Amino acid sequence: MSSLVTSHRTRPPAQPATLRAKRLPRYAAPVIAVAALLVAAGVVYGLGIGGPVLVVVLGALLYLAGLFTAANAVEGRRAARNRTWSALIHSAFVLAVLPLASVVWTLVSKGAERLDGDFFGTSMNNIGARDANGGAYHAIIGTLEQVGIATLITVPLGVLCAIYIVEYGRGRFAFAIRFFVDVMTGIPSIVTGLFVLAFWVLIVSPWFNDGQPGFSGFAAALALSVLMLPTVVRSTEEMLRLVPAPLREGAYALGVPKWKTILRVVLPTALPGIVTGIMLAIARAAGETAPVLLVAGGGAAINFNPFENNQSSLALFVYQQAGEASKYSPARAWTAALTLVALVLVLTIAAKLLARRNRLGR
Amino acid sequence: MKLQRHGAIACLALTAVLGLSACGSDNNEPTGTSASGSAAAVDCGKGTLNAQGSSAQKNAMAEWIKAYQQECAGTTINYEPTGSGAGIQAFIAGTADFAGSDSALKPEEQPQADAKCAGGQALNLPMVIGPVAVVYNVSGVDNLQLKPATLAKIFAGKVTKWDDAAIKADNPDAKLPATAIQAVHRSDESGTTDNFTKYLTKTAEADWTFGNAKAWKAPGGVGAAKSDGVASKVKGTDGTISYVEWSYAENGGLKKAKVQNGAGEWAELTAESAGKTIAGAKFEGQGDDLKMSIDYNTKAAGAYPIVLATYEIVCSKGLAADKLPLVKGLLSHAASAEGQADLVELGYAPLPDSVRTKVEAAVKNLS
Amino acid sequence: MGETPHRSAHAGTGGTRVTSGHDWPAGASARFAETSGNPRTPTGNGLGGGGGLPRARAFGAERAFRGLTVAAGAAVLVIIAAIAVFLIAKAVPALQANTEDFWTFEGWFPNDNPPKFGIGALAFGTVLTALLALLVAVPVALGIALYLTHYAPRRIGTGLGFVIDLLAAVPSVVFGLWGRDYLVGPVTDLSTWLNRYFGWIPIFGDGPYGNSILLGSLVLAIMVLPIITSLSREVFLQTPTANEEAALALGATRWEMLRTAVLPYGRPGIIAAVMLGLGRALGETIALALTLGSTYAISFNVLTSGGNTIAANIANRFAEANDTGRGALIASGLVLFAITLIVNITARAIIYRRREFTESAA
Repeated sequence: MSSLVTSHRTRPPAQPATLRAKRLPRYAAPVIAVAALLVAAGVVYGLGIGGPVLVVVLGALLYLAGLFTAANAVEGRRAARNRTWSALIHSAFVLAVLPLASVVWTLVSKGAERLDGDFFGTSMNNIGARDANGGAYHAIIGTLEQVGIATLITVPLGVLCAIYIVEYGRGRFAFAIRFFVDVMTGIPSIVTGLFVLAFWVLIVSPWFNDGQPGFSGFAAALALSVLMLPTVVRSTEEMLRLVPAPLREGAYALGVPKWKTILRVVLPTALPGIVTGIMLAIARAAGETAPVLLVAGGGAAINFNPFENNQSSLALFVYQQAGEASKYSPARAWTAALTLVALVLVLTIAAKLLARRNRLGR
Repeated sequence: MKLQRHGAIACLALTAVLGLSACGSDNNEPTGTSASGSAAAVDCGKGTLNAQGSSAQKNAMAEWIKAYQQECAGTTINYEPTGSGAGIQAFIAGTADFAGSDSALKPEEQPQADAKCAGGQALNLPMVIGPVAVVYNVSGVDNLQLKPATLAKIFAGKVTKWDDAAIKADNPDAKLPATAIQAVHRSDESGTTDNFTKYLTKTAEADWTFGNAKAWKAPGGVGAAKSDGVASKVKGTDGTISYVEWSYAENGGLKKAKVQNGAGEWAELTAESAGKTIAGAKFEGQGDDLKMSIDYNTKAAGAYPIVLATYEIVCSKGLAADKLPLVKGLLSHAASAEGQADLVELGYAPLPDSVRTKVEAAVKNLS
Repeated sequence: MGETPHRSAHAGTGGTRVTSGHDWPAGASARFAETSGNPRTPTGNGLGGGGGLPRARAFGAERAFRGLTVAAGAAVLVIIAAIAVFLIAKAVPALQANTEDFWTFEGWFPNDNPPKFGIGALAFGTVLTALLALLVAVPVALGIALYLTHYAPRRIGTGLGFVIDLLAAVPSVVFGLWGRDYLVGPVTDLSTWLNRYFGWIPIFGDGPYGNSILLGSLVLAIMVLPIITSLSREVFLQTPTANEEAALALGATRWEMLRTAVLPYGRPGIIAAVMLGLGRALGETIALALTLGSTYAISFNVLTSGGNTIAANIANRFAEANDTGRGALIASGLVLFAITLIVNITARAIIYRRREFTESAA
């Protein structure tokens, strides 16, 4: 997310309330930390109740307590609170970074194994359990097409819906729409998959498929757009509400009709935020496995046609390769996961750059 | 403005797609290692075939599809390992041209499936034999051997320590530790569980009272999702025992227990020993329907009794004209001697010839 | 619950405008827009010399555009209704075939003859894992968000914020695999330790340890952490600089500034972020299917292998389900749908009340 706001923030001075108050000496914090660790180690190993991890945890707790006591004695209660909370917030950060870094490290180190041209140039067609090669080309195509179609469906629908809620909607109907958009955020992805399976694949698709129901990438796109729609509507709605009133009023004062005001003034102003919301929605949709499995069926061969026959997707590819009885498949799974994250990364950066350029040029 | 933005994004995506499509390959060139040039009577068709079902036969299917597609340019065959139940449902719904299943059609499913086959019936053709390995991870124990009754007691939670008297009786020479037993089972439904519990039901009636089903019904134990989940749990945890398809046991490098068969021998799991059990199976279906009933108490010498026969469910008549040659071609390759021989390295047992010839004949009769 | 919270394009210019963005009915501007967007009176278009405009065409375009947005809004209702209708139609036959009490039976055997299944244990597991996950994730996520916005050097804060946004796009199957293969070891050790010293607390019961509710909740917590962090970070960035400076000018320490200016201002946004995280946690499928030991018993023992959730159960059981089995799974999906509905209603009620409170306080 952009940090436009940060750039204007004035930082508080390091110790605001201490112009004349007594302060703990600089070396106090490290000394307390070392003492806490030593005491923790003594307690833990002395009683034999754990290992190094427990020493660190207990040490951190003792450090917090010690810091609070020392600061309380020297600097007073408020400063002591400030120090303790600051330490807590920093430790929350460290605590969260550990597992997240581990996930990222696993993803990158395992994903790099198959990061070769073959992986991006071939499909899994004609790849048996004994073949080390094979790639995710068909899955990348599938993800791009399905998410692309889903975006084409969702963005106009979602933006128009948000426009209705913000600009036109009044009364019970608008409230109902807003409420059910919120409800839609909570629909589990597998349920949307079941819905599209029952509705599109089994009932609608036989009409133009010689009476035979058929899987297709388009069906997956439909399921994904049901998942994306609430995200797009909600974020667009929030962004439209933030458009300053004077902009609208100025347009009306010039006699510009309302629809034109919305399209020419309101939407462009809100565009960067709307794009961010759409990117979040795309990121979520690209990582969904269950709906694609249910309605696109997967497949090992390259299929460019999203309206006919099975298609795979990267997330589905990860899921399937992860569970396969071949010693080569886990590497393919991790590389595909890395590819998926990289794809979302590229899309996000591209969208942010476009949105930013637009904002500056206005 | 908005359109420009999205146009630009779309352009980016399009360029990426075009850039990729320049080098995309479906690996269609024959690699030479497969059974190319062999099946002279391969029935080549054109078009796409969609099949789905049992994940237990996924690797076998992939091997056969590979050989068939390299023989017949212009065909695309998709086999999705969605699970037997989903495969049968898809077959009934018409989204799958044939289904792979870990068990033959149930009586209530048969008429629904027959309705899809105009003028014919849905056949169960045994195609892939997947032995189920009993795998364990106990430090210091290498050649574990178990009687069916002991196995049943362990999975029923009646035997809870590795140095229990029952296990000691089966393994007089082993040094068994006092660690607790963690009996791991599949948390998803699977034909493997069905088969394993069927085996326990037939061979250890007194100790196994939970019957057989695709879902695990005994209380306690530890669940793990899918075969790879089971394999990774057993590999990573000391004191575990579980059952898993042979290929997963091999890939994970897991230790396999010997199991006592009906003749009282300690049988080790090999392609040959598993095939012996299948050779002794009885056929229950009529005509070309080759539904099998496996004798888990088999007295055949050297037979490994825990085997899973997976079927292809296919219409005897009424296949669409463009699909028929594809189905016939693929399945006749699968039922051929070399098609079956290809499977050994993948952790399957080839069909014994007595069964294979029947399947081959049934495939020929498809129309 | 907007996936993207309020951000004004002009946030730097001061607080008032941002605050007005929180105004739920879009304020004076929209009301003005409503009257002026209603140019059916002949004089309406005379404003600002627009009289020369071809009135009929403008009128038609306005109507058409308005109609389009109404249609988009109605589409949401249609989709929700269609999902509900299809799901109920599929669930009812299975529920009628069920021979046990759907609410209290602990087990899931819908493929048997006669079918037996009950939702009680699954719903319990769903709520328990999601709540535990939030219990862990929310304080940590708020800590990171505060660190990134108010403690870290600006460059680090922006960079890490972007990384955390990206982590929200990692597909859940990756978290599931990581939890299953890497986190399970530490969690087993932790469980053993907790049981040894705190075994007298009923929730820390006996083993076998490993694939427990604890593991599932921790994986979930790590999964929703980026989501809650990135949303609450945006919210904290929205705090009007004037409010923060006022607090500091009154002599507040940094923590007091956060407590009196930043946290109260961001409360509705934080609640929205937490609720979104809860929604994700409740509906998470594959990560839990991979990590939980799946038993069908109601037990508060979070250490022992077992536990199951509605979504994980759908993923585990779907592949081998027959007709009744699918119906039963869809019925469980409906229950999940209802749970998320309740969560959403609660969240909305809280947000509205808080919003009024902050508005009046501000």
